[in-house]
Amino acid sequence: MDILRFVGIGIVATAIIVVLKSQKPELGLWVTLAAGTFLFLMGAGRLSAVIDLLRNYADRSGIDSTYVTTLLKIIGIAYIAEFGAEICKDAGESAIASKIELAGKVMIIVLAMPIMTSILDLVIRIMP
Amino acid sequence: MDLIFRIAAIGILVAVLNIVLNKSGKEEISMLTTLAGLIIVLLMVLQEINRLFSTIRTMFSF
Repeated sequence: MDILRFVGIGIVATAIIVVLKSQKPELGLWVTLAAGTFLFLMGAGRLSAVIDLLRNYADRSGIDSTYVTTLLKIIGIAYIAEFGAEICKDAGESAIASKIELAGKVMIIVLAMPIMTSILDLVIRIMP
Repeated sequence: MDLIFRIAAIGILVAVLNIVLNKSGKEEISMLTTLAGLIIVLLMVLQEINRLFSTIRTMFSF
């Protein structure tokens, strides 16, 4: 089962970080980063399969592809912002983490703007 | 997976080197070895992060 590999790697990385933190606290951050990226890259294969499936269904059902692309972009931005914010929180810099989250929210709002305007136009057109 | 073990090996090596150098009275050299170890680890992890960001870029069609 793949989940066992994920959990195993996570626990091994945490154990290594505990050992390193006692000797060299500054290296702990880098092991966290390496483990985080490695775990995501392992899961990325399955995720891309799901995304392709989503895209196929959207094309077949006639939904405008820009909406699906925007949705995927928003998911990507949310993931990266959360990844960076958690790493900064681990290192003890919660101020920087909140700034990263703020930037992520701003970018998501900016991306969601066109969708909102198109919905409003639709509503206005329907109104008598 | 081996990246994590490599970073751990470098960290422990630098720690041991530091202790030895400190005991033999060469503080500044131990400082330099710490910096060297840190930079090597940083370069290795940066490559990994670059791979992560390019994967996300292709997957979420940035």
